[in-house]
Amino acid sequence: MTTLAPSVSELAPPPARTRAAGRLRRRIADNLQAYAFLSVGLVCFALFSWYPLVKGIILSFQQDNFVTDPEWVGLDNYRAVLDDPLFLTAWKNTFEFTGLALLFGFAVPFVIALVVNEFRHAKGFFRFAVYLPVMLPPIVSVLLWRFFYDPGSGLFNAVLSGVGLPTSDWTQSPKMAMISLVLVATWANMGGATIMYLAGLATIPGELYEAAELDGASVWQRIRHVTLPQMRFVLLILLLLQVIATMQVFIEPYQLTGTTNPDTITVMILIYRYAFTVNNDFGMAAAMSVLLFVVLAAFSALYVRLTRKADA
Amino acid sequence: MNTSRTLISDADLRRGRGKLIYRIVLGAMAVAFVLIFLFPLYWMVSGAVKSPVELAQPVPTLIPHSWHPETFVDAWKKLNIGPYLLNTAYYALGGWLLQLTVDVAAAYALSKLRPKFGNVVLGLMLASLMLPASALLVPAYLTVADVPVFGVNLLNTPWALWLPGVANAFNIYVLKRFFDQIPDDLLDAAAIDGAGRFRMLWNVVLPLSRPVLAVVSIFAIIGSWKDFLWPLLVLQDPQTQTFNVALSRLAFTGYVTTNEMFAGLAIVSIPMVIVFMVFQRSILNGLSAGALKG
Repeated sequence: MTTLAPSVSELAPPPARTRAAGRLRRRIADNLQAYAFLSVGLVCFALFSWYPLVKGIILSFQQDNFVTDPEWVGLDNYRAVLDDPLFLTAWKNTFEFTGLALLFGFAVPFVIALVVNEFRHAKGFFRFAVYLPVMLPPIVSVLLWRFFYDPGSGLFNAVLSGVGLPTSDWTQSPKMAMISLVLVATWANMGGATIMYLAGLATIPGELYEAAELDGASVWQRIRHVTLPQMRFVLLILLLLQVIATMQVFIEPYQLTGTTNPDTITVMILIYRYAFTVNNDFGMAAAMSVLLFVVLAAFSALYVRLTRKADA
Repeated sequence: MNTSRTLISDADLRRGRGKLIYRIVLGAMAVAFVLIFLFPLYWMVSGAVKSPVELAQPVPTLIPHSWHPETFVDAWKKLNIGPYLLNTAYYALGGWLLQLTVDVAAAYALSKLRPKFGNVVLGLMLASLMLPASALLVPAYLTVADVPVFGVNLLNTPWALWLPGVANAFNIYVLKRFFDQIPDDLLDAAAIDGAGRFRMLWNVVLPLSRPVLAVVSIFAIIGSWKDFLWPLLVLQDPQTQTFNVALSRLAFTGYVTTNEMFAGLAIVSIPMVIVFMVFQRSILNGLSAGALKG
């Protein structure tokens, strides 16, 4: 910068000491100005991201009624959470939801993207249609499916009985409840994964397929030896993103099966219950949040590491 | 250009058996997409114009026998949709403006002004990317209810959504990475012309950053439009609620008939469906770019 723009002061250098002092003053002014630009963002991060993190951890070791001073209770909150018979249920349900969501929401969009990517017509329509539900407000997809699932007048049972198949109680049946939730969530969210897979597929160099075909590779072999290895990174990223997102599932059980149904109580629903419904026990809610955080942090850390590495 | 080679070659898809299979798969897929992704929306709109009696029939009608477009008006009034939509729009636009202003300024400072400890600040901000929103839910709620230092209660105010929304590490990350690619020479040239830090941002950086600003804007607006759990917690006063929260509350009450609920859902879907039709390209491309760069 100095070579480009010799300022007046540099053309006629003042004595060394004042010059050094001037440079220091400039540096301080520059830093102050930079932090002025940063200030509001910094305050928001401090108040609503960093402070809550610390507060959450502290709270998990406290009993606080928000009237008198909070009381340190050691591991009592964690003990209470672990002793709750719903603790294991919630984790089991959450993993079940995540597992089923991966089965549908991870594999199906990939197959769809694989097929749609081969289309020479109407690609725009497919991209539009699959992403349309993602644009809907979540309350719309959830309530709409609630009507579909209605055992009496719902569309699904009407269609099933129309073609002579057994009907189901869907969200009201212990066996189908979780699957029902996964189906809504998948319908509402799979567009994102599909679009990202399509983006990944579009970057695979055509020569690789060309060469594989010349070597006599069948379509399946091309998928196995060209597509999958080339898509490894995108697949891994989406797998992690999906695990992180689905383990925090909330609106589907909240709206479709309620917060008290043991078949579908998830970790987030349990945290919500601790803090905002039955017990108003923020200490227990905080302890449960810390546990969820520890589980998710492993996935998150892996995700951030992978994306940062790809960036470099 | 549609000539880039994919898994199956153009030649294979144009020849006899390949062509037949291609047509069958394309047709089947199109039908499946219409049934799975579009038909539910048709069902929502057509359900709204049916009478409650017709809706309750065990064998549903594909095309409404009776025609009651006035249900939309009833739903609008009974569900009080106008004010709730207005609330949501106000939160979304305000949050968007605030996020854009504050996060652009912060990313610009970190990318171009590079103050001392800038990297530490950036690291701390990005670290919050690793924090799943749910882990912070309870302490963030308590923070908003009694903000430290300032000692104010933001519950049931727009600030409860706006200020935590500003602390968005994704925005900072995307913006900073884009600003990093703008050559310093351009800023130096502006400095020679006597531009201050703010003028450089306004006249040099921002005009070059339209694509990234568009992506950040679109995802900020869609994000707040769709947000459910956080508004559910911090906006418990019905007057202040978003339509997501309000409809969730009213859905349980039996206060409206099924066709009115369908109509309500259809109405609140319209804004984002229009946004999607208009900005489809930027939305899907923004998402694609995100997938490739992580």
